[in-house]
Amino acid sequence: MDFGFNDEQSEIKSTAREFLQARFKPEKVRELAESESPYDDALWKEMSELGWPGIAIAEEHGGQGLGVVELVILLEEMGHALAPSPYIANAIAGLLIEAAGSDEQKSRWLPGIASGEARGAVAMTAGDEPLAGAAEGAAVIVLPHRDGGVLVEGDDAQLEKVDLIDTARAYYRVKADGGDPLPGDVEAGLQRGAVALAAELVGVAQRALDMAVDYAKEREQFDRPIGAYQAVSHRLADMLWEVEEARSLTLYAAWCADDDPDALPLASHMAKARASDAASRVTHDAIQTFGGIGFTWEHDIHFLLKRAKVSAQLMGTSSRHRDRVAALAGLG
Amino acid sequence: MDLSLTSEETAFRDELRDWLEANHPGEAPTGGDQIQFEFERDWQRRLHEGGWAGVSWPKEYGGRGATLIEQSIFGAELARAKAPRPANVLGLVMGGPVVIAHGTEEQKERFLEPILSAEEIWCQGFSEPESGSDLASLKTRAVKDNGGWRITGQKVWTTFAHEAKWCMLVARSDGDAPKHKGLTYFLMDMEQDEVEVRPLRQITGEAEFNELFIEDAYVPDDNVVGGEGNGWMVAITTLMNERAGLGASAALGLAQTLDELIALAKERGLADDPSVRDKVARLKIGIEGLRLGAMRALTTTMKVGIPGPEGSIAKLQWSSANQAMTELALEVGGIEALEKASPWSYRFLRSRANSIEGGTSDVLRNIVAERVLGLPKLR
Repeated sequence: MDFGFNDEQSEIKSTAREFLQARFKPEKVRELAESESPYDDALWKEMSELGWPGIAIAEEHGGQGLGVVELVILLEEMGHALAPSPYIANAIAGLLIEAAGSDEQKSRWLPGIASGEARGAVAMTAGDEPLAGAAEGAAVIVLPHRDGGVLVEGDDAQLEKVDLIDTARAYYRVKADGGDPLPGDVEAGLQRGAVALAAELVGVAQRALDMAVDYAKEREQFDRPIGAYQAVSHRLADMLWEVEEARSLTLYAAWCADDDPDALPLASHMAKARASDAASRVTHDAIQTFGGIGFTWEHDIHFLLKRAKVSAQLMGTSSRHRDRVAALAGLG
Repeated sequence: MDLSLTSEETAFRDELRDWLEANHPGEAPTGGDQIQFEFERDWQRRLHEGGWAGVSWPKEYGGRGATLIEQSIFGAELARAKAPRPANVLGLVMGGPVVIAHGTEEQKERFLEPILSAEEIWCQGFSEPESGSDLASLKTRAVKDNGGWRITGQKVWTTFAHEAKWCMLVARSDGDAPKHKGLTYFLMDMEQDEVEVRPLRQITGEAEFNELFIEDAYVPDDNVVGGEGNGWMVAITTLMNERAGLGASAALGLAQTLDELIALAKERGLADDPSVRDKVARLKIGIEGLRLGAMRALTTTMKVGIPGPEGSIAKLQWSSANQAMTELALEVGGIEALEKASPWSYRFLRSRANSIEGGTSDVLRNIVAERVLGLPKLR
């Protein structure tokens, strides 16, 4: 048993951290989040050249043939950088088509998703007019519904931009009739998607914790760093607890997706519930640590809070996932 | 990352499972503490005969030399089989490892085998009435006397003291040295008139712990471990041994209790109660988070020698889950659960100590803040 990363996985993590830190500096993220469209085509092209969009897609469809574990390693870094990008929407669309698509659907859509040239998007809320991230410009949109799901071509969907508080990503209300039904196990795809979002949330929470810890070491009040006060340091210790517990559950769920699919339903519900709550609490507590400056627009912490709250709602709230956990734990 | 067991780990687990199947001693007998203790002593003898007593100990000292992962498999399998604990748990987990790490050849020769066989039971004399979390402030005195030491002072929370032959005792051997430097680690013979053991009654009504009143007790120089003045360093090793690798079996124990709680909720018609469902799910997630974090910490320890940040929170996760779980059980179980004879009322009361024993949650948060997050010390 080895719960650590192998060489390739460590390499993915360090490359991602390096690349994202260089390309998505805080001032760049702010510029994108405050602009009309948060996505930078040149950066998407660069990520595509690195092979990122196809990391978890089979080689026969033009992907790298790696697993959900490798995908969540990348996504945690994307969350940590708060990189505005259609990446996660494209990746989850790929997971759903891989899990539930017919051979024909896979051959048709996965190569474009893997290369980044014909992106996918996915609806991440329930209801008749669900919300999808990065739907504009997508070649295909996955619309899961109660009894399965359909694929809709981007041109056939009516999109209405929705301004959520998280402006570091673009969200659209999708209206579409019909579509091409997914014959396979959509639920299994949704579970993988929930794990992907959990990984992003872990990254968001880790970043908020990092920022709060740095600040608590520097900021002095009453002649000492505020991190020396237990009211502050114990809160930070609890924030670490939140992040690490969410990370353990998310990595485990990712491993289940690749190697122990029978355990995936419970593992994915646990991971998404825990990561949603962890990111919400840690970003909230980070603002508390910053005090007044944390409530200003000029400080970056609010972008993390807003992403945490939105991603926590997508693909099932933590209450809904906990209800599934209770059922699978034996309460039925 | 590969969470499946290797073929060696699978072989270890299967061998242990087969052995447990053939050797499980069955339900613990009733009839009082002494009968219970002898049952646990017999169980340890059987473990020892099967080569399973000192799983973590090196082979040259009679152990099995198991890896950290195998140790966690061992703990988990014993929990799964609902096997009793071995009688000499403190000797196995703390005493032996300390002698192996810091003891002389003569000490290893003298002390290790009787620990494994449960012939000699060990207890721990660290805490004092005035020295709890601030252990290094302890006041029990050790004065040089004729090839040995005379010890005088008081110790509390000494589990197994009434059964023990040896006490791992930290005392102040140099009153002039700075507080961490003036301590020495002794192995004190409990079978002398100068040591008095009094039971300490807890909020559960039982006396699981004791107080030690020590008045001029004698310890020969041969029973100093790690050298005079090095007691703090030696004691820290035992505390680390106490905390290392317990996460997996602790999580399994919690998971078994949660299953009982789930059965209770169904029995009482509360399976559809949204509040109960939410709380059960939170517990399930917390317990699984503990198990997985413990596994991550084992991997990190095997690779780099020390556990990562995930290992520092295991004790906090465990105590908080057990306390929340027993609280929920009282709510779910109704007034019957609060009857003195109910296992739930006992578990609820006993778990109040979880956030105090083996490092208080308050001190553990200080440790996380200072050592993991690198925050400045208040002191």
